[in-house]
Parts: sequence; structure tokens; C-alpha cells
Amino acid sequence: MRRLLFFIREALRALRRNAAPSVAAIVTIVVTTLLLGVLVPVLHASASKTSDVRSQIELRTYLYDDASKGEITALQKKLKGLPHVTGVQYIGKAKALRILRGRVKGDLQKSISQLKDNPLPRSFNISIDDPNNLGAIHQEIEPPGPSGKPQPISSIISGVNDSSQEASKIRSVTDAIKIVLVLIAALLLIASLMLVGNTIRLSIYARRREVEVMRLVGATNWFIRWPFVFEGLIVGLLGAGIAIGILWVGKVTIVDPLSNNFNLVANLQTMGFAPLVAILAGAAMAVSALGSGVTLRRFLRV
Amino acid sequence: MAISIKSKKRRASRAPAPARPGEHRPAGVRPPVIELRDLTQVYPGGHVGLDHVSLSINRGEFAFVVGPTGCGKSTLIKLLIREVQPAGGSVLIAGRDIVRMPSKKVPLLRRRIGTVFQDFKLLPNRSVYDNVAYALQVTGGTRAEIRRKVPETLRLVGLQAKIHNYPDELSGGEQQRVSIARAFVNHPPLLLADEPTGNLDPETSIGIMQLLYRINRTGTTVLVVTHDRDMVDKMRRRVIALDAGRLVRDEHGGGYHDESTREFAARMRTEMGVLPPAETE
Repeated sequence: MRRLLFFIREALRALRRNAAPSVAAIVTIVVTTLLLGVLVPVLHASASKTSDVRSQIELRTYLYDDASKGEITALQKKLKGLPHVTGVQYIGKAKALRILRGRVKGDLQKSISQLKDNPLPRSFNISIDDPNNLGAIHQEIEPPGPSGKPQPISSIISGVNDSSQEASKIRSVTDAIKIVLVLIAALLLIASLMLVGNTIRLSIYARRREVEVMRLVGATNWFIRWPFVFEGLIVGLLGAGIAIGILWVGKVTIVDPLSNNFNLVANLQTMGFAPLVAILAGAAMAVSALGSGVTLRRFLRV
Repeated sequence: MAISIKSKKRRASRAPAPARPGEHRPAGVRPPVIELRDLTQVYPGGHVGLDHVSLSINRGEFAFVVGPTGCGKSTLIKLLIREVQPAGGSVLIAGRDIVRMPSKKVPLLRRRIGTVFQDFKLLPNRSVYDNVAYALQVTGGTRAEIRRKVPETLRLVGLQAKIHNYPDELSGGEQQRVSIARAFVNHPPLLLADEPTGNLDPETSIGIMQLLYRINRTGTTVLVVTHDRDMVDKMRRRVIALDAGRLVRDEHGGGYHDESTREFAARMRTEMGVLPPAETE
């Protein structure tokens, strides 16, 4: 305990007496943490947005208007029995109209209410476990007949609409976005780690004589190293603290008002501020403390 | 004040330390403090630092190592605290071979040897007090111990007034005194000094030598490396001369072994033709 206090006091003394390199180290940590603090939620959001799109992929089976109730129930049972099908939802004509009304706005809504009778067909929404099975299930419901024309499993099916084309387009776009984002994040992370490493190395290099003297007086390696590790911890803590403060201000003044006005931002599932803060503070402190401890190795060879 | 401390030191040293072992050491007593056997050091590029040097220095001795620049004097100091490893031969400190000592134990070795460097090697961002205290903190000394020993040692070297100054606020002689205080605060059995007067004027040099002599009289073995032949000749102590890495002379200067610190200083001043300072001890 006495030792711990001694090491922390030593670290604080070193920080005070080497103000310029300490400030440089803190600034690099601030910049790095800020970058991470912006990138991590963006990455997280893009990942969750894709999963959103994926869960919406479904098959829609349209029915002829003259299908009887019995036929519809029989078909529903049949569809439910298919492999990979997780749910079958019946949508009647009235419900279909309601859904359409909910989706359109303004003039279109007016024209919908002017309709005399409901032109929308009844349908089944078939949700599936994995978008990759979409094609197979489509084939099950509408196997190709001998002439090459699709022959539905029930005579009341007027058509099957699978969103596979749409889905694969969305998938490839989001995949590309994700790859680009991950690449940028990785590059920034590498650059900032090197920046932090370099700053730490410089500040230790400036004090290598001091380390040499400590060694010659008979200090063990860990006795020399601990103050540097604590120094790194303190620098990381201060840097992360400042960066998180800036991020918080940015969130309150820019992101929050935006998300009130735009549905887009609100719909994005960004991660909570608290776990983000924890990750950033932990990473900053770990990198800076480890960096100090490891860089010192070079000067500690007896 | 200074006198009382000094006399206390002297009394303390007289009691436990056996009579200064002279040239011949009685059988069965402790091994010599320093023993070199066939010590050879070759630098990359083939330059020979030390060439099969063998010698031993006994407890309580005050010995000089002299020689021209590049003769291997500083290499010797570096070998004694294992800052470098020799190309061949062995170095025994108090009977232990430090060449084959595991590197984990090197800090422990260095705590038992006080070292004074030509360039002082003080920690620039610590006060005089903290510089000396560091040597005790390294060994895990308690706060009470530090509070007791550091001012005591600084008084011994005559720097009690500059206790809170930083090294860059001190003169060269004062910095060297801090360096000596740091080396001595643990009361090591062996004190090495690498050109302790190398950067200092004659009067300051005498002060430093006087200080080293005083430390020697507490029973500490002192080995001083210097190129100041003049000073060494006047000291009349054991002189080990190296030239091009070879041991060329090992003389045990006769007499004067029991002069007091003050007599020592007075004699040095006369012999070197330096007037005593206004404020005498």
C-alpha cells in the first residue's frame, strides 16, 4: 500500500515536471478516443441497420379474390408446415388497405380514401429463418411445371413475390458500406495507436538518462516501471475523460436534436452512451499504460 | 554541529571495524571486498579495455586507480557494478562472482555498492533531498528511516542548507557532494568513485577527497578512479596504475593511515599549494 502510494506520487511528480510531453500524450489520447468514439457507434449502427433489413425479408403470397375461407385456412396450414418458415401471417383486404394508408402520405392518402372498393388482394406474409433460404422456399410454393411456367401448390395462389432481388441488392450495398467503414476504422485505429506509441516513446526517450540513473542506484526494473505505468494510466484517464466530455457535448448539441427532427437518426440503433464511455476509457487507459510499460523495456536492459 | 556528527561517525567506525587490514590479511577472515581474476574486456572493434588484470582490494582500503584516458579505468568501474560484462575472467565482490550472477540480482548488488560518477548522474527533476532519498526508497526504506538518514547524510557532506534545491541550482562541487551523499546514504561496504574531481577546481577537489576520506574512515572501502596523478601522489594511498588495459603499477603508499580528516585536509592543501578556505570546519 505504501509502495502503491509512492508509485502514484512518483507518477504525478513526473507528469508535473514533464508538462510538455505529458500534454502531448494527453492530446493524442484525446484525438484517438474522439475518433473511436465517433466510429464505434457508426459501425455499430450500420451493423444493426443491416440486421433490420434482413429480418424484413419475407415472401408474400397473393391470393385470388374468389378463394374460399376453407381453402385459405388449408393453405395457411400447408405453408406453416414448410421447412425454414418461421411464421405465416394472413392479411385480409381491409388490413392490406390499412397498411397501405399507413405508408403513404398527402395526396396519395386522399386518393386512397376516394376508392370505391378495395382493389388490394388478400395475401400471406411468410417470414423465414434465413434470407439465404428465400429461393428454396419460393421453389417449394411455386415449383416450376413441365412447361417451365410456375405451378403453385394451391390453385388459389395468384402469385408469389419474393424480395430476393431487392434483398440481395440491399445486402451487397450494406456489406460494401460495412467493409469500407471497418477499413477506415482499422486504418484510423492503427494510425492512432502508432501515434500514441510514438508519443509515449518520445516522452520516455527524453527521460532515458533518468532511467539509467535509477538502474545504477540499484532500482529493480519493476520499481522503475510502475511509476511509468501509473503515469500512462493517469494520461489515459485524463485523455479519455476530455474526449468523453467532448463526445457528450456533441451528442447533446448535435445528435440529439437531429434525432428529434429526422426519423433516420432515431431509427438507427446506436449503442448506449454508458457502454461506449466504458469501452473508450478502458481502451485509452490500457493502451497508454501498456504502451509506457512496454516501451520502457528497451531502456531497462541491465 | 558538523563536528559532533563527524566524531560520532568516527567512534562508530572504530568500534566494530577490525584494525585496518594491512598488506597481509590473516587467514580465515572475510574475503577481499574486490577481487579481479584475469579480467579482460574487449570492445567491439577490437579495442582492448582491460587485459588480464588481477588484483584484490581489502576491507577498509582507500585505493586509487590511475592511468591515461582510454586505459580502462572507467571500464573497471562499469564492470564492478555490472553495467557491462567482461570478455573473460571474473569479478568477485565480497567473494561472490558477479559476472555469473543472475541479472535479477544485479539491483541488489548495486545497492550494496555506492557509486559516484564523474557526471554526477543526479535525477534532474528531484530536489537534493529526494535525490538522496531515492537510494533509500529503492531498497524499500521506511519514511521514518528516510527522514532520519537523508538529513544526516546531507550534513555529513555539508549540504544541509541546500536540501530543497534542485541539481541545476547547485555548483559542480555541490552536485558531486549530493552524488556522494546518495552513494553513502545506505552505508554500503564499498564506495566507487569515477573521476569524482574530474570537473572540479583544486580546492573543491580537496573538499571532495576529504569527504571520501572521511567516509573511508567509517570503515567503508573506497576505490577512486582518476587521471589526476598529482592529487593521487599527494594522498599517499594505494595506487593501481593501468596503461592500455594492463596493470602496470600497484603501490601501497606508505604511512599516514591514521591521520584525522582534518590533518588529511591540511596536509593536502599544503602539498597542493591551495590556501585553506575562510570558513574552516
